[in-house]
Amino acid sequence: MKPCSFEYVKAESLEHALAVLVEHGDEAKILAGGQSLVPAMNFRLAQPAVLVDLNGVGALSGIERVDGMVQVGAMTRQRSAERSSVLSAHVPLVTETMPFIAHAQIRNRGTFGGSIAHADPSAELPAISVALSATLQVTSSRGSRSIAASDFYVDLLTTALEADEILVRVDLPIAVPGSGFAFAEVSRRHGDYALVGVAASVQCDASGVCQQARVSLLSVGPGPVLSTSCAAALIGERPTTRTIADAAAATASDDIDPEGDIHASARFRRHLARVLVERTLTRAFARAAVSAGAAEQA
Amino acid sequence: MSTRVFGEPIRRLEDPRLLKGKALFVDDVDFPDLLHVAFVRSSFAHGKIRSVDVDAARARDGVVAVMTAEDLGDYWSPGPLLVPPPPIKDIEFNNRTQVPLAKGKVRHVGEPVAIIVAESRYLAEDARDDVFVDIEPLDPAVDLEASAAADAPKVHDDLASNVAARVRQDKGDYEKAKAAAAHVVSGRFFYDHGASAPMENRGIVARWDDRSDRLTVWDTTQAPIPLRSGLAGLLGLAEAQVRVVAPFIGGGFGPKIMMFYPDEVLIPWLALKLGRPVKWIEDREESFFSTTQERSQIHHAEMAIDEEGRILGVKDHFLHDTGAYAPYGLTVPINSQCTLLGCYRVPAYSSSFEAIYTNLPIVTPFRGAGRQHGVFVMERLLDLAAAKLGIDPVGIRRRNVLTPEEFPHKHGLIYQDFTELEYDSGNYPEALEKAATEIGFATFRSNEQPQMRADGRLVGIGLVTYVEGTGIGPYEGARVTLESDGTVNVATGVGTQGQGHFTSFAQVVAEQLGVEVAKVRVTTGDTDQFHWGTGTFASRGAVVAGNACHAAALEVRRKILDLASQQFEAAVEDLELLDGEVRVKGVPDRAMTLGELAVLANPMRGAVIPGTEPGLESSRYFGPDRGTTASGVHAMIVEVDPATFEVEIKRYVVVHDCGIVINPLILEGQIVGGVAQGIGNAFYEKLAFDEDGQLLNASFMDYLLPTSTDVPKIESHHIETPSPLNPLGVKGAGEAGAIPVGALFAQAIEDALRPLVPDLTIAEIPLSPDRLFELVHGTGSDENSGGGSQ
Ligand SMILES: Cc1cc2nc3c(=O)[nH]c(=O)nc-3n(C[C@H](O)[C@H](O)[C@H](O)COP(=O)(O)OP(=O)(O)OC[C@H]3O[C@@H](n4cnc5c(N)ncnc54)[C@H](O)[C@@H]3O)c2cc1C
Repeated sequence: MKPCSFEYVKAESLEHALAVLVEHGDEAKILAGGQSLVPAMNFRLAQPAVLVDLNGVGALSGIERVDGMVQVGAMTRQRSAERSSVLSAHVPLVTETMPFIAHAQIRNRGTFGGSIAHADPSAELPAISVALSATLQVTSSRGSRSIAASDFYVDLLTTALEADEILVRVDLPIAVPGSGFAFAEVSRRHGDYALVGVAASVQCDASGVCQQARVSLLSVGPGPVLSTSCAAALIGERPTTRTIADAAAATASDDIDPEGDIHASARFRRHLARVLVERTLTRAFARAAVSAGAAEQA
Repeated sequence: MSTRVFGEPIRRLEDPRLLKGKALFVDDVDFPDLLHVAFVRSSFAHGKIRSVDVDAARARDGVVAVMTAEDLGDYWSPGPLLVPPPPIKDIEFNNRTQVPLAKGKVRHVGEPVAIIVAESRYLAEDARDDVFVDIEPLDPAVDLEASAAADAPKVHDDLASNVAARVRQDKGDYEKAKAAAAHVVSGRFFYDHGASAPMENRGIVARWDDRSDRLTVWDTTQAPIPLRSGLAGLLGLAEAQVRVVAPFIGGGFGPKIMMFYPDEVLIPWLALKLGRPVKWIEDREESFFSTTQERSQIHHAEMAIDEEGRILGVKDHFLHDTGAYAPYGLTVPINSQCTLLGCYRVPAYSSSFEAIYTNLPIVTPFRGAGRQHGVFVMERLLDLAAAKLGIDPVGIRRRNVLTPEEFPHKHGLIYQDFTELEYDSGNYPEALEKAATEIGFATFRSNEQPQMRADGRLVGIGLVTYVEGTGIGPYEGARVTLESDGTVNVATGVGTQGQGHFTSFAQVVAEQLGVEVAKVRVTTGDTDQFHWGTGTFASRGAVVAGNACHAAALEVRRKILDLASQQFEAAVEDLELLDGEVRVKGVPDRAMTLGELAVLANPMRGAVIPGTEPGLESSRYFGPDRGTTASGVHAMIVEVDPATFEVEIKRYVVVHDCGIVINPLILEGQIVGGVAQGIGNAFYEKLAFDEDGQLLNASFMDYLLPTSTDVPKIESHHIETPSPLNPLGVKGAGEAGAIPVGALFAQAIEDALRPLVPDLTIAEIPLSPDRLFELVHGTGSDENSGGGSQ
């Protein structure tokens, strides 16, 4: 379990890193927290010829509120995001989800952007980036562009990033009054990748009518899966136990195509998806109601 | 001040070194000219080797040697049979043992085909990718029942079938018992055990030194002395030329007692041949193939009971998966067969098994060593019997456990140590009642459970028992030496893998010599320190080596008293050993330190009486007549999430009897560690081989070891029935915690799920949320899901 030999470049700046990517193309890989890449290299599943280490590029970390967004630098450690008061105040779904990612030791190294760029179908951050309609800021020596999270995840471990591009920042819209969030997952052990996970982000108006229901599932497809059934069944309706249960059932039967593996059959995954969509939606709508009520009073 | 230390909860003397990172492990052994090894392993479970092309690997910079089976010449030979089959009538045993490098045929995934020696492990692994192994795949024998069939692909072409052994043991007349029975319950039981997954994988470093004309081998073995003797034989050296050191070892759990793993044969040989030290450290991925493991048995068993629920007889036939080779003989299935009867009075028993070769890694004992499988079958049969009669699990056990008056009890079976299985002592009814009381069995069933069920919660309770044959022969030895500064040196031949030997042996010796434990320095696992012994297995360290330490300490005590009695001109009876001194009782100024006495015992000038042996030292050996029987009861309360089938252990109670306790803290560690491994076995760990014999989860990402969040607080209680078979009255404790956990999970989860499936029988281990979902909702097709009930 030793990696193949590789060249190591410690990037001094974003520009430096981008230049190395231009020089080596597909042969080069970004090293962020290394928590996914290094194990893959040790199994010789990944054999990059050049590693470009972003850990010295300070400008890529940090969490800041700018207008209607919280901007999270790609190299921000997962643990910093977990403890961020800005995120807990304005994007509470992130705070609720972070403890489900691996273990504290891994979150100390693993980065916010690394998880999104890696696009593991069982990872939490890709799913919540979709539920939250995050915008991903990417840069290359050719220029910069923004990609909507829902357009970013192309296939298994494959994103819209080109070989010369670096994910530099994740922009998360801040919670507005009347919105509610919830995350839940089932994993074999605490810290394991989920058998199924669900992130729900909903919004209701003052009268309790659902305006938005973005429910994103992980571990049930090649990437995060956004439930169309939930949006169709709930938007414009006042959510009830019944409609939530129906939306969950429809999501489980129509929106996902899970695969079975040694930990869970496809059938069990569908079952869990239904259970978790129901649980997260129920919690998210309850929170939305509290949030709308608080806004009324204010 | 009293210096009583035996039985006290003394903190482990070895821990400061371990916690500060100052203990030596095999991978810490380093030399400037050290060479590193990587193995080329078979990627097929079964196949004919057409060719192995190593030219490119040999040509790579930094590669020192690449060897295939052909390159080993006469040195190539199958390993020894470590444990011959016990003397059971009509036993059939077709012995095949592992080879250093596969020749002609590969028989399991991961079997080594070539060995690469290079300047670094990185280079060795690069060169591994240069080797081209051309294998013609053959159909593999993977499924246990299919492998036992006459038309199965043969693992060993020269055998008539895949049957490695057939063994039958009978006591009483089961058919007669059955004819007289009020009820007969039966079932097919599947029990799968997994990888021992020690924190430290295996590893070995070998170094030949021309100047001393000696070979030193550092090895993560549980059996340094047999390894030393075996290596000397293999390499044509005198035993005195070979030193094997088993330093601190990060857990063994059985597979490290296995001997002459291919690496153990090859690395010392290469060190001699190449004239440079050579190291191999097993990585986590290869440990799933290159270290032995345990796996499954399939039992078809039945139990005949009378109308009161008393056992009249048990009949069992089982298949045992022994893997591609059987170097450890029949220890695992014999343990299953002999442990099955457990704590119970069973007048008639008819048991037979077939051990089956499969194209899977080798099976040898792993903590519990087949006992889990047997206990599972017996406990499940009792639960079926209880259900039939409408009594609870405690009630059926109460009717059948042996009482203290029935000891010694013979089951009429031949055990793994070749002697007739005989239980020496125990108090099973007391342990049963204590466990039932501590877990609150009756009130849980009458009050709490109905209430929680009314709230829609799935809660269940379980209680199971087990015995464990421990502390078997043949023998161990120890040397106790009193040094001139008052330090007591103890050397013994057993290896140690974290059991706390440095402390418990010190306690045994300190007790006799009246010194502080911290004054006792224990050395284990260095063949230069002690020449004789067999190893650490079968929960025998404390029993066999512990009693050897005790015997040697008694002899040194006698020598101290004799010498002191001459010095003080006092009768031995008037002397006492206290606080590192020998004193004349009641005369405080008539005292000498033990160190002063040690100096006197080793005169540098003048004459001694002819025949006098110098020093205050003794070597003693202990070989028990037979093994001693530890026992216990585990009980737990679980809750199952009705929607996700996640299982939470609400309470876990252990009542354990391992005779006289040397150190309650160390014992607690053994129990808790054992239960944790048992929980892993019952609900998390599963070696998932596909039909091609490929392991689908050869990493800790997918081979799920229980973590601290999965193991609850264990409430442990002890009863002490001394063993009459050894002077200390101790019994083994190493494996007990792990043995009954699977049976307990099955019983308690079955109880929890009863409101959903009233007639559910769980007849398999391991379980998982996925499997519980199937047991409740059936194994229907993917289409009709999504619905399901909640
Ligand atoms: C034991 C264990 C358990 C884990 N459990 C979980 C879990 O439950 N849930 C979960 O989500 N994750 C889990 N992880 C993965 C962990 O969260 C990783 O940290 C994360 O997936 C990758 O982040 P990283 O910063 O370590 O990226 P790296 O490993 O450094 O990189 C991963 C990939 O992304 C690319 N990359 C990284 N950053 C960028 C960037 N800014 N721009 C472009 N490409 C980039 C790299 O080139 C590489 O291909 C676990 C990891 C371990 C070791």
